[in-house]
Amino acid sequence: MKNFNTTILSNQEVSPDYYRMKILAPGISDSAQPGQFVMFRSQATNEPLLRRPFGIFQTGTLASDCEGMPAKEFVEILYKVVGRGTAIMQELHEGDRVELLGPLGHGFDLSADGSEVILVGGGIGLVPLYMLASELVKTNKVRLLIGGRSRKDVLMVTEFERLGVETYVSTDDGTLGEEGPVTQVLQRKLTKFPGAAVYACGPMPMLEAVHRICQPRKVKLQVSLEAFMACGVGACLGCVVKGAGHSEENPRYLCTCKEGPVFDAEDLDWELLEKRMNEEGHSHE
Amino acid sequence: MPQSKSPSAETPDLSVGFAGLRLKNPVMPASGTFGYGEEYSPYMDLNRLGAIVTKGLSLRPKAGNPTPRIAETKGGMLNAIGLQNVGMDVFAEQKLPFLKEVQTPVIVNFFGNSLEEYGMAAQRLSQIDGIAAVELNISCPNVKQGGIVFGTDPGAAAEVVGLVRRHLNVPLIVKLTPNVTDITVIARAVEEAGADAISCINTLTGLAVDIRRRTPRLANGTGGLSGPVLRPLAVRMVYQVVQAVSLPVIGVGGIMTAEDALEFLIAGAQAVQVGTANFVDPAAMITIIDGLQQFCQEEGVSHITDLIGSLHC
Repeated sequence: MKNFNTTILSNQEVSPDYYRMKILAPGISDSAQPGQFVMFRSQATNEPLLRRPFGIFQTGTLASDCEGMPAKEFVEILYKVVGRGTAIMQELHEGDRVELLGPLGHGFDLSADGSEVILVGGGIGLVPLYMLASELVKTNKVRLLIGGRSRKDVLMVTEFERLGVETYVSTDDGTLGEEGPVTQVLQRKLTKFPGAAVYACGPMPMLEAVHRICQPRKVKLQVSLEAFMACGVGACLGCVVKGAGHSEENPRYLCTCKEGPVFDAEDLDWELLEKRMNEEGHSHE
Repeated sequence: MPQSKSPSAETPDLSVGFAGLRLKNPVMPASGTFGYGEEYSPYMDLNRLGAIVTKGLSLRPKAGNPTPRIAETKGGMLNAIGLQNVGMDVFAEQKLPFLKEVQTPVIVNFFGNSLEEYGMAAQRLSQIDGIAAVELNISCPNVKQGGIVFGTDPGAAAEVVGLVRRHLNVPLIVKLTPNVTDITVIARAVEEAGADAISCINTLTGLAVDIRRRTPRLANGTGGLSGPVLRPLAVRMVYQVVQAVSLPVIGVGGIMTAEDALEFLIAGAQAVQVGTANFVDPAAMITIIDGLQQFCQEEGVSHITDLIGSLHC
């Protein structure tokens, strides 16, 4: 885990309101695991006050501009402009100073070795699945089901296909791929590949629907959760979710930042997660 | 105040003493923003801190509040974690051994839900070795007395301080709430009841509204406001308390930088606690300590204690 004051290498719009940002992060490439995240904050302004968590899209190395200089190790995030913090981010350019903390959290368990794998990504939720797919394709047949509200919410299909991942797209409005929720594609695929392991990241209603499909079929499911968090290291206890077996008498809270963001589906209390999903609004101003 | 303006070649002495404690510098975390210390150990050398203040402990483990528990607001954040903690037994068995390895005094923050519970908690703490001091949180609802908050009633504050004082054999720091009309009244009450020091201030109660849903943004409704937005209020209260009592005061509230910390010290605080800044940058306290050192060097101040209470009004 590192705490950087560093610079942006690039920040490009890839679809309306969606941006890819590469950030100089020496020493992070080797240590980051698929599913981990970074806490990010611009140094240009004190607004917003807290750092924001972003799933790692990929890590890599860029050749240096000057001969003899070391290559530039980077971490790349992919974000959607949704609030004040991300609106500030979209204005940032190469060379702008940022604060970065990571890699943080508990990533995906890659032990699906040699079996069928289905990844389910909803909108911006497919971010951590790219790094995961890069690893899994080495030993598995990987299929990716991408869901989005509309065409513009479906990202990176070509990048996944370049990895050798078979991709299936669905949109709520039918502007790209099949019309309807991504979970209807999942149901078909699981009928065809009943022994597949499923990894999912996306909005809570999607994750909940994926869980409802996987649980009765005894499919091994890992989900990556999103939560508003202040610290990212397990100190503030602001991002907790209720774990399986939680009760008022014997509370079992899990920190999304530390015990997650990736959880085995069976380790979570889905009834309470659904309740949280209904209760929670935006925690940012 | 002894102060020369010529830059000092020597390393300034940042050490401070209060309530029988000797700290290598006046910087420590505010309770609840630093876990039990271990969470931040990958990001800093904990030996460099003046002290470590733990997450508030209750006698038994506490589950905390439903989510959402935090919300960011302009210049600050609201939290309603609900004092989730592992309880004193787990702390003694699983958390304290790590802290004992660190060459920094450990201050344990604690609370109860009733007078009786405060007493039992203090009793339990007195049996645990390795605690340099305790910080008493008197800002929690007093369930048995119909929701009165100990920290807002001078009589109740004195009663709980007097009770825990009898059980404890280490310095007792009392953390005051700003949710009162006149904080000096409470400060005097806890001084008379036997407190050794005062932490000033805890969070200010706030409410953030989700304007689309027309609901509070925290599941608990209200929460504790912290962060830079709080600082001028906290500095004012520290200054008032320092004038009102003869106890040493620890300044808390929105410290993000060394300059912020210096405001509290100059206003009369013997030490400072850093809270929300730890969330913003896990190495914030180290930057603040380095900044204090640099300031003293630039100002030719050989002992940071020369700055304490140096405010001209």
